[in-house]
Amino acid sequence: MMESIQFKLNNKNRKITIDPDRTLLWVLRNDFNLTGTKYGCGMGHCGSCTVLVDDKPVRSCMVTADFIEDKSVVTIEGLGTPEKMHPVQKAFVEHDALQCGYCTPGMIMTATGFLQEHSGPSRDEIVDAMEENLCRCGAHPRIIDAIQSASKEI
Amino acid sequence: MKKVFNTSIDLLPRHIPSGMSRRSFLKRFGGGVVIAVALSDFDILEGAVEQQYPSDLNAYLKIGEDGRVYGYTGKIEMGQGVNTSLAQMLAEELDVKLGDVTMIMGDTDLCPYDRGTFGSLTTRVFGPAMRSAAAEARIILLQMASESLGKPIASLDVSNGIVYEKANKQNNISYAELTKGSGIVKSLKEKPRLKTPSEFKLIGKSTRRTDGRAKVTGKALYAGDIRLQGMVYAKILRPPSHDSKLVSADTSAANSSGAVQLIREGDFIAVLHEDPEIAEKYLSKIEAKYETPDSGLNENTIFDHLVRSAPEGNVLEEGGDLERGGMESDEIFEEEYLDGYVAHAPMEPHTALATMEGRRMKVWASTQTPFRLKSNIAEALKMKEEDVQVMQVFLGGGFGGKSSNGQALEAARLAKLSGKPVMVAWTRREEFFYDSYRPAAVARLKSGCGKNGVITLWDYGVYFAGQRGARHFYDIPNHRTVAYNTRWTAPGVHPFATGAWRAPSNNTNTFARESQINRMAAKIGMDPLRFRLNNLKDERMIRTLKAAAEKFGWKEITAPSGRGFGIACGVDAGSYVAMMAQVDVEKSSGKVKVNRVVLAQDMGLVINPQGATIQAEGCVMMGLGYALSEDIQFSGGKIHNRNFDSYQLPKFSWTPKIEVVLLDLPHEPAQGGGEPAIICMGALIGNAIYDAVGARLNQMPMTPERILEAM
Repeated sequence: MMESIQFKLNNKNRKITIDPDRTLLWVLRNDFNLTGTKYGCGMGHCGSCTVLVDDKPVRSCMVTADFIEDKSVVTIEGLGTPEKMHPVQKAFVEHDALQCGYCTPGMIMTATGFLQEHSGPSRDEIVDAMEENLCRCGAHPRIIDAIQSASKEI
Repeated sequence: MKKVFNTSIDLLPRHIPSGMSRRSFLKRFGGGVVIAVALSDFDILEGAVEQQYPSDLNAYLKIGEDGRVYGYTGKIEMGQGVNTSLAQMLAEELDVKLGDVTMIMGDTDLCPYDRGTFGSLTTRVFGPAMRSAAAEARIILLQMASESLGKPIASLDVSNGIVYEKANKQNNISYAELTKGSGIVKSLKEKPRLKTPSEFKLIGKSTRRTDGRAKVTGKALYAGDIRLQGMVYAKILRPPSHDSKLVSADTSAANSSGAVQLIREGDFIAVLHEDPEIAEKYLSKIEAKYETPDSGLNENTIFDHLVRSAPEGNVLEEGGDLERGGMESDEIFEEEYLDGYVAHAPMEPHTALATMEGRRMKVWASTQTPFRLKSNIAEALKMKEEDVQVMQVFLGGGFGGKSSNGQALEAARLAKLSGKPVMVAWTRREEFFYDSYRPAAVARLKSGCGKNGVITLWDYGVYFAGQRGARHFYDIPNHRTVAYNTRWTAPGVHPFATGAWRAPSNNTNTFARESQINRMAAKIGMDPLRFRLNNLKDERMIRTLKAAAEKFGWKEITAPSGRGFGIACGVDAGSYVAMMAQVDVEKSSGKVKVNRVVLAQDMGLVINPQGATIQAEGCVMMGLGYALSEDIQFSGGKIHNRNFDSYQLPKFSWTPKIEVVLLDLPHEPAQGGGEPAIICMGALIGNAIYDAVGARLNQMPMTPERILEAM
């Protein structure tokens, strides 16, 4: 059963007709070619697929397409561009807060959502906010530093 | 920075133009200088020859007509940062800007043959080969400039890819102008002189990752991000257990739906659809029956099984007289150390996209071994090797696990059968099932020492971990080291595939050795650092330990001191590592918090100190997992941990303060950096736990339950 869904994606109004049971993750990756949002576990355990829905971090593998009806979705591509990076993206580059880079978009989206609601967070608050995002390369110390430094720019 | 980013995007086009012709090797060189490097001439390249870098493939770099420098390597980038450090080496020897270098990696049509990216070999073995090629290119370009400017070479110099007359800088010519359309092929007879540390401008300088911008903006392309016209996802029927046999499969529901394409070749059954979730939905409609035997093996019974299954031992090293060593010892220690199966669990599961273009198979795969994959595909599909091309992508982590390429073989097979571009992107569940785990292993160690702190006996036998790092480096008169199975694979013994896991074998061997050292020191009441220094003659290890102690501020302990101090050291991939840590153990729960880790590393010449530091930090974080929580549970060939809810990776709250000291040894050859620092983590934390609460653990992971039991 196909449904028509209206939403805002990276600040542009969109309307698509799709099977509403499909997850947001694969709609973004395949229908909109926004491949910066990564599949990591498919069960909401790792955070690699995190995007912002109405400014809040959401695991796109855990919600179906109908969830975004009339909402605003921001992906890593909509946050900033290589030429004009968002402060959190910039801080990740400056701190070398990534290795393989696969968890990075999810880390940045989670951190951005957190920083939009918490100004001047402590290190412990950052750790709490990021706790359920997994990184296998071990970039954790630099990710924490990057978020702390980005918090001063937001 | 901008330039670097742009090119990495250019390298990995989002839409691959269909019908893109094969760019043959010679064609690639049509517009630039070809650098002929006679590898066998160079002593420094002994390792390169050993690695089978083809001596006729004079193809480590190209200077483009626009002045861009392209570096070619069969290595891949999986987070370890070699696209940055190799570019540093190339730019250094060629005297061009780092930002003008683009690395082309792991493309089997364009890059020189390479066995694979493993063993921390990129910097220490491929690096010198690339540096030599660049040094020779620089000389040839100077010769060309000399002719063009009408000045002797001695009067010229190079900066940022521009050759100029030293006395008159206005008289200059760029590499691009020299090479434009010339297609010169030339080689040098004499050995190129590599730059010495005093001449370095880029080597030894901390450099940020060149792929950072692409990765933080979602532009970096991994295998799963490549899009081709008409591509479909394949979902493949999987058995419940590695030893299951398919009895029957009713595919009628999926077949008759008309919604998906079903492919079946014997037990190999796949559902194809342009959306992976729809393919999955129809795959689940297949009713399959399996027979699964019960081998009785699980994470508890495996160790006896391993010892029973052991092949004849391979004596790696021996000396003195073990019996005499026993008699001369005041204290004898006989211990058994156990290590379970551990998953690689890269954040990117194995993924590959394959497509037939005419008679050619093109594959974008998350693989650490593109050339091996090319051969495997050709063999499996009965194709000519030259008709298979594996292409460059970023890898979302590897750690040894992406040296096996099952997903890419599946994709290639299905692309050939269906005639469509096929993406096989393993789910996390599949990733946990088809991983080539770090093998479970047993280490048996009988040692002895005098009350004076001198080790008199060392009799070590290791079962199924492999031999890397098995040899000790202490000064022990009576000793023997035996490996029962020297590799990390042992077909028929393990209930599923095993393979190389970051610093293979060495994590297990170092855990046993360094735990035993502390055990001996504690028994005779000697500080574990002093005890090590007492038994070492190896100057590199002595200075590495001292460097760690100085940074840490090591104060002598008689364990258990209650301070939670840990220490361990080891050798891997040519590098020496010494580590110290401080931990707290919550006595009520057995929970460990690692507060601080200090790591000193002698890795010879350091190309990119920041990159090397980051690798060491990553080793600490990843090592926390195998030390404290990671353990595959199974019944025969059935894996119970199939996602991150039942397999605990290190988390943000585990992050200790990590301090890395890289010894300043620019005149020593560069050694490995991606793996060495992880080898100490087990013993480091085990020793710290003992110092904190007096509980000694001989089995990893050191879970709260095991710690409580040991207390």
